[in-house]
Amino acid sequence: MTAPLLEVTGLSVAFGDTTVVQDLTFTVEPGQCVALVGESGSGKSVTARSLLGLAGRGSHISASRMQLSGRDLTTASERDWRRIRGPEIGLVLQDALVSLDPLRPLGREIGDSLRLHSTLSATAVRARVIEVLRQVGMPDPERALTLRSGELSGGLRQRALIAAALALDPPLVIADEPTTALDVTIQARILDLLTEVKSRGTGILLISHDLAVVSAIADRVVVMKDGRIVEAGPTRALLESPREEYTRRLIAAVPTDKPRGTPLVPGSTGVLPARSSRWTDAVGPVLEARSLVKTYSRAGDRFRAVNDVSFEVARGETLGLVGESGSGKTTVARLALALTRADEGDVLLDGAPFSTMRERDRRPLRSRIGAIYQDSLSSFDPRYSVRRILTDALDTAPVGDRSTVAELLDAVGLPTGVAESRPLFLSGGQRQRVSIARALAARPELIVCDEPVSALDVTVQAQVLDLLNRLQAERGLSYLFISHDLGVVRHMSDRVAVMKDGRIVETGTATDVFTDPQHPYTARLVSDAPRLTLPS
Amino acid sequence: MTPGLQTTNRVDRSRSHRVLRWLLVRLGGAAFVLWAVATLTFFAIRLIPGDPAEAVLGGPGSQASQETLDQVRRDYGLDLPLGVQYLNALGRLLTGDLGTSYALKVPVADLLSAQLGGTLILAFSALLVAWASALALSLWSTGGGRIAGSVGQAIELTAAALPHFWLATVLIAIFSSALGWLPPVSTGGVLGLILPTVTLAIPLAGFLAQVMRETMLDTLDAPFIVSARARGESEGGIRLRHALRHASLPAISLSGWALGYLISGAVVVETIFARPGLGRTLLQAVTLRDVPIVTGVVLLVALVYIVMTILTDAASRLADPRLRTAEGER
Repeated sequence: MTAPLLEVTGLSVAFGDTTVVQDLTFTVEPGQCVALVGESGSGKSVTARSLLGLAGRGSHISASRMQLSGRDLTTASERDWRRIRGPEIGLVLQDALVSLDPLRPLGREIGDSLRLHSTLSATAVRARVIEVLRQVGMPDPERALTLRSGELSGGLRQRALIAAALALDPPLVIADEPTTALDVTIQARILDLLTEVKSRGTGILLISHDLAVVSAIADRVVVMKDGRIVEAGPTRALLESPREEYTRRLIAAVPTDKPRGTPLVPGSTGVLPARSSRWTDAVGPVLEARSLVKTYSRAGDRFRAVNDVSFEVARGETLGLVGESGSGKTTVARLALALTRADEGDVLLDGAPFSTMRERDRRPLRSRIGAIYQDSLSSFDPRYSVRRILTDALDTAPVGDRSTVAELLDAVGLPTGVAESRPLFLSGGQRQRVSIARALAARPELIVCDEPVSALDVTVQAQVLDLLNRLQAERGLSYLFISHDLGVVRHMSDRVAVMKDGRIVETGTATDVFTDPQHPYTARLVSDAPRLTLPS
Repeated sequence: MTPGLQTTNRVDRSRSHRVLRWLLVRLGGAAFVLWAVATLTFFAIRLIPGDPAEAVLGGPGSQASQETLDQVRRDYGLDLPLGVQYLNALGRLLTGDLGTSYALKVPVADLLSAQLGGTLILAFSALLVAWASALALSLWSTGGGRIAGSVGQAIELTAAALPHFWLATVLIAIFSSALGWLPPVSTGGVLGLILPTVTLAIPLAGFLAQVMRETMLDTLDAPFIVSARARGESEGGIRLRHALRHASLPAISLSGWALGYLISGAVVVETIFARPGLGRTLLQAVTLRDVPIVTGVVLLVALVYIVMTILTDAASRLADPRLRTAEGER
């Protein structure tokens, strides 16, 4: 057997006195994909950076063995590292608008690797960049050379990032959360692309918080927690018979294909009663949207963000609204909350007009609809403590029926001590719990949840979803649950509406829509949803 | 998958159209600002106590007779109703006539065009020196570890806080009186330009360097810098190819303001170095109540400000492609 491509034994990374990675051991073979899986803060990204000598200022790295293609990395100087980065190891970062320099066109950004490490002429560089862009499935690669990251969609930016890493055809590619923040269908295409890269003999070190994402492509999985390896093994063995409790928690947290009402956190209580016993047809829907239309103008063109959208949310029910970015989901949320005025159509609350009222008359009714957003941090005033945030929200509740801050915190499973903290110092999951508490404060009948878990790790997402389900069972809440993640929507919803290009293309019970999709678009969404798949 | 490309195709086709619209909007705005400045100065000067006719005749000390005063008022149109005077002034402005100096009895336009050159040379060379030293300082202070960072910060703060009159005095004391390298008064040559330029440039350089250093530090934390390092880019390459351009963006937008700051600074500096220019002309005109010259200088400075703003705006759009696309999406 040949030597492994990457061999790491006893890797530890420390910043000052804090050890963030401890005694990590794994190998990557050529043409193999190894996945490092763990929650944020588990040390997986620092590990990846250390392999490139980019752990950052003040880091102390030690390893009894760190070899790439038989070459010792522990003794590499900064000069050596510069010759390793690019030709030997390519790095693919998570797509962010600024993972590529927003001021420079793709041709220059990708061509830089070639200019730095080869003596190719300008024409040859250009030809190679076009070749590698074509390889990653970039449409019209010659035109793409002149585009900048801001002019590309998220999926294309991620492809460009992969192209930049592949330009020098390195034997090892490190991909750090390459599909996080992408729509499911695009995520599936990016994973296909990485599988193709792997099949050409390139070793891939894939980093993700989501076991479902890596199960599709990884040969081996290394589960990390608090900088240590919890469990490692071939993907199939690890998923079928996990030995550690923590691995079982990660597996349980994946919402796809988990029937409604199943808790995602093992051992948690609060199973949702069956839908029929919650839903009484005797009273009308809490919220009814009738033929909503909203038009925006963009680059001089009129563009219908929401086009003839109608739906109802029944009492105690969750209506899931699913679609990809740009499909108009968030505009629907704003229309439902009467934050944006519809061009046509209206919204009824308990059968009475809501969206067409004057704001002054509507204000007393606003407490009946709550809202939870994706980026909870920016929805808080950064100077306010959690207590102040909740006290302000409680002021809008009906007099004589107000909870206390402690009761609210208790309802969302936060310790009372959190009350004096500021949101900035809370974790993502805690923040989202605070925003749920804030939404509950006014005792709403309905909560509009706009991508409430998209920014969270899968395990934290599982806790928040369980919490939402428990609150619904306890308080008879209705949810308008908006998400791009089909797995999440299916797990949460009684009924589902699928949105595409501003229209609802399919509506039905969650089971019907997902087991027997009628519209081809729904069918594609269903097949691309990340689920735990066992490699054959 | 292709929508991204289609969008940019459309943006491409309408690019020249958008540039034209951008230019028209800016020029319309410029015309409005000039009119507003002219109107404000016209009425503001009427609020200054004192008789303009007396100013024409050399101030209250001239002991002019009532007849002479009436004659002057008729000659200068000062006896007409205020509204008519305003319209006359606007009409003359449209034809480029800025009036005649009360004290020097020469057309203001001739006087200013003779003085403008000197001030612009001084202001632009100061801007250039400020930019160059700010770039050098911020590159050095962000690249040399913690000590360089603190030292750089201290230099920036001190420089930005120094007043022009003090700097000028100290520079003259060192380089003219003590060392005798440079002339203490402007002689018209390049040597005479050095001290006034440096006096004006140092505080501005400190200020620009502060802005550049902060943006550069932010940029060096951005994910695309990690991407660049991960393909083997050297520290110098990262600064040169990525960070520098990002850091210069806010400094470019500030340059329009900076030029205005330099021209007002020129009032002090030109006086100290006895250098001919707008600043000195303005100072003398204010002391002599020479209303047409004051009006002319104010309008001229407003014009320079406007042109400079349009230029920096265009430069920002050139340096930051995102501005061009963002506008198209609105």
